Amino acid sequence: MYALLKGRRLKIALAAIATAAAATTVSGQATSPAPIWPAGLGAVSAPNADPFPSTYRPFPSRPTLIRNVRIFTGVGPAIANGSVLIENGRITAVGANVAAPAGAVVIDGAGKSVTAGVIDTHTHLGVYPAPGTAAHNDGNEATAPVTAHVWAEHSVWPQDPQFPRDLAGGVTTVQVLPGSANLIGGRSTVLKVVPSRTVQGMKFPGAKYGLKMACGENPKRVYASRGPSTRMANVAGYRNAWIAAEQYRRRWDKWLADRQGDPPARDLGNETLAEVLRGNILVHNHCYQADEMAQMIDIAKEFGYQIRSFHHGVEAYKIADVLAREGISGSLWADWGGFKMEALDGIRANIALVHAAGARAIVHSDDASGSQRLNQEAAKALAAGRAIGLTISDEEAVRWFTANPAWALGIDDRVGTVEVGKNADIVLWSGNPLSVYTRAEKVWVDGAMLFDRLDPARRWRTDFELGYIAPAGGSR
Amino acid sequence: MRALRNLLIAAAIPAAASAQTIAITGGTVFPVSGPRIERGTVVITNGKITAVGANVAIPDGAQRIDATGKWVTPGLINAATNLGLSEAGSPQFSGGYNDVGSTRTKGISAAFDAWEGINPASTYIIPTRQDGITSVMVGPGGGLIGGRAAMVDLAGATVASMLVRAPAAMTATFDPSAGSLQSRGELIGALRDLIADAKVYATRRAAYESNQTRTFAATKADLEALQPVVAGTMPLVVAVDRVSDILAVLAMGRQYKLKLVLLGAAEGWQVAAELKAANVPVMVGAMSNIPTTFNTLNSRQENAGLLRAAGVQVILIGNGPGDGASFNVRNIRQEAGNAVAYGMNWDDALRAVTLAPAETFGVADKIGSLQAGRAANVVIWSADPFEISTRAEQVFIRGVLQGGKSRQDELAERYRRLPPPFGNP
Repeated sequence: MYALLKGRRLKIALAAIATAAAATTVSGQATSPAPIWPAGLGAVSAPNADPFPSTYRPFPSRPTLIRNVRIFTGVGPAIANGSVLIENGRITAVGANVAAPAGAVVIDGAGKSVTAGVIDTHTHLGVYPAPGTAAHNDGNEATAPVTAHVWAEHSVWPQDPQFPRDLAGGVTTVQVLPGSANLIGGRSTVLKVVPSRTVQGMKFPGAKYGLKMACGENPKRVYASRGPSTRMANVAGYRNAWIAAEQYRRRWDKWLADRQGDPPARDLGNETLAEVLRGNILVHNHCYQADEMAQMIDIAKEFGYQIRSFHHGVEAYKIADVLAREGISGSLWADWGGFKMEALDGIRANIALVHAAGARAIVHSDDASGSQRLNQEAAKALAAGRAIGLTISDEEAVRWFTANPAWALGIDDRVGTVEVGKNADIVLWSGNPLSVYTRAEKVWVDGAMLFDRLDPARRWRTDFELGYIAPAGGSR
Repeated sequence: MRALRNLLIAAAIPAAASAQTIAITGGTVFPVSGPRIERGTVVITNGKITAVGANVAIPDGAQRIDATGKWVTPGLINAATNLGLSEAGSPQFSGGYNDVGSTRTKGISAAFDAWEGINPASTYIIPTRQDGITSVMVGPGGGLIGGRAAMVDLAGATVASMLVRAPAAMTATFDPSAGSLQSRGELIGALRDLIADAKVYATRRAAYESNQTRTFAATKADLEALQPVVAGTMPLVVAVDRVSDILAVLAMGRQYKLKLVLLGAAEGWQVAAELKAANVPVMVGAMSNIPTTFNTLNSRQENAGLLRAAGVQVILIGNGPGDGASFNVRNIRQEAGNAVAYGMNWDDALRAVTLAPAETFGVADKIGSLQAGRAANVVIWSADPFEISTRAEQVFIRGVLQGGKSRQDELAERYRRLPPPFGNP
């Protein structure tokens, strides 16, 4: 069932790009996305959609039944005393009564809760690693206002000790984005939060790339002396980039269709932007103010692309109806605001109001510490919503850090809910995940238990930590 | 003249507060200075607490507030903030928290009184107080010797009327870069020179005025400001994280008989016994476990609980993300909840955001506990104050029920239904 879904998804993506794509082969394997163009064509200057393919393989796992536990499935009401069965990396049963197969590990979840693995749409893990040093300051290519040619994954340091801490917070998938210095900052990457020697070994198989764009104060401040130095020049900068990208896309799509003569010259930046125009890369737009978000929506319409998520959006509540209508999610903080002019109007009910208007609300971090407690952040946002009289269930608030971010990253067919057929990215919480006293107790990624708070011996320690940071006797 | 004086006194004491007697009844009362009281009563008269207990006579004419099922605590204290000194992320829009002069004098600005710049109209004050934080320490933003901090209540139209104690502490940063220095040895040398100069200056003021002394490491104003520090009467709050640095600070404290308080102390848990032996209070957060620098490699969320278990006086501060020293000073209760989640006893966590900072900064006779004679900074909570779903339902500062909408409340109200009432978006 799952494999079929995936194959169809890939074919739809193929149809969207170019007729010549029919000549390509599609493996349809669950663990590695097929290249949209034939591999090796880079040598003859034709683009390869996946030159740094994922090498991630699920870690060894055992059939596991978590029973007698409250399950926030992410779809509908929680199951009070339910069971979740994990087999071969997938969720194979969810319900009130599930029998344990022979040889399965059985975990009693009395008083505890299960959710899907937490997903953070906005991190700079690995590109701004800890400790913060100039040598690892790899998140912002702040040398030109449009750097669509850079890919965040080429900056990711897999030994960033922030990764295991995020996993201990229940986070199983993160988007790593370039910083917000630039109008167009480059490609993001979607990673599994797992130990690996290489970033390829962390890449979420088949996940689409994202494009980082940024509105407002940051680009105009960084480039004040050379431009853009104003918001109007910011907008001119986006539009000029898309004009060039559209021309590039047309030239390439024509060549891919008829293969007449030499292929057009490759340009890494336009290659990324053209993939956005073809619908193969999702736009993640850092934007604080409501008025600027409305302008970004018009730019997207002018050039025919979709914005998948506005990030930070401290004023999203002012245009929540517009976000709902346009199908744009909001990756938002629970309570940040006030730290600069464009953040002045941040309110704690932002996420709840966006949710109430019918848009997809997401609690995000942009911070390696906040990322570890997205459940608490969601709880703060929920409390603020209830305080102004909105009726929002705990179940809906859980979706803010599971199902909705999965949608924003285009991986909601595989993760984000506790449903049969989904990848077994699962968190067992010590209590209600919306309580300040609750901690992630066990975390499974594709069925493999990679974190167990009760078993410090198996704690993931990055290379950096060896000799510098004592093994955690407790939780760290 | 006398009439004028009476007028001034009348202006200083809000009439509404002075005349009022309030009895908060039926709630679970946490005095902090003593054990919790089920179905307790707190009596407030003329802005002060006059009685706390299970069997307290309620004065005739008292306004009764039924707190049955609620939790009643002292107002929370966040002892490490820049509240009122910065607006929209810019100190330029408000009071500012650094002394520019410090860059001229190798980071030494001991005479800088950061609190003097507090803007009582800061839009961050109401949201802070709405979450049950009634007092904060306001201090400088950095510097080798950054300047002085004050304890203030979060009510009052003027800085003077907000003050609880000023100055309450001197602040310092144990980091070479804070003094434009290159090495730790140089840093320790600079601090020794400064302390020695402050002591010499105290005995040679006349000579100094007539240019009969050698050049000192700081200005006259700074050397004067350091006098209570070198006398060991004013707390010296030192920001320090690494174990070896903490031990160096403790050694200096012993040598010069300083009244030390540590701030940050990321690796403090590794020397908890030494901190206890030195009787040094420690200000720590509970949401930090990232080795953000080579000084915080062994940072962990259990820090507060481990230090307290060793008997150290622990003060919880905000070191989580999202501007915890200004816009989100209110998140101190989330810090406390996380401290409990990571091993701190609940009562100790409450103490760490009430009486512990009050004791450390010499204001325990005024705030930090529910006892007769203390200012009536009292919060009635819907439930456990550290739980995220809990609301501070009524907040009293000096006996006055605090109300008023925050700017954030007004924004939420305006956009509660879309499009907003003023027209099309």
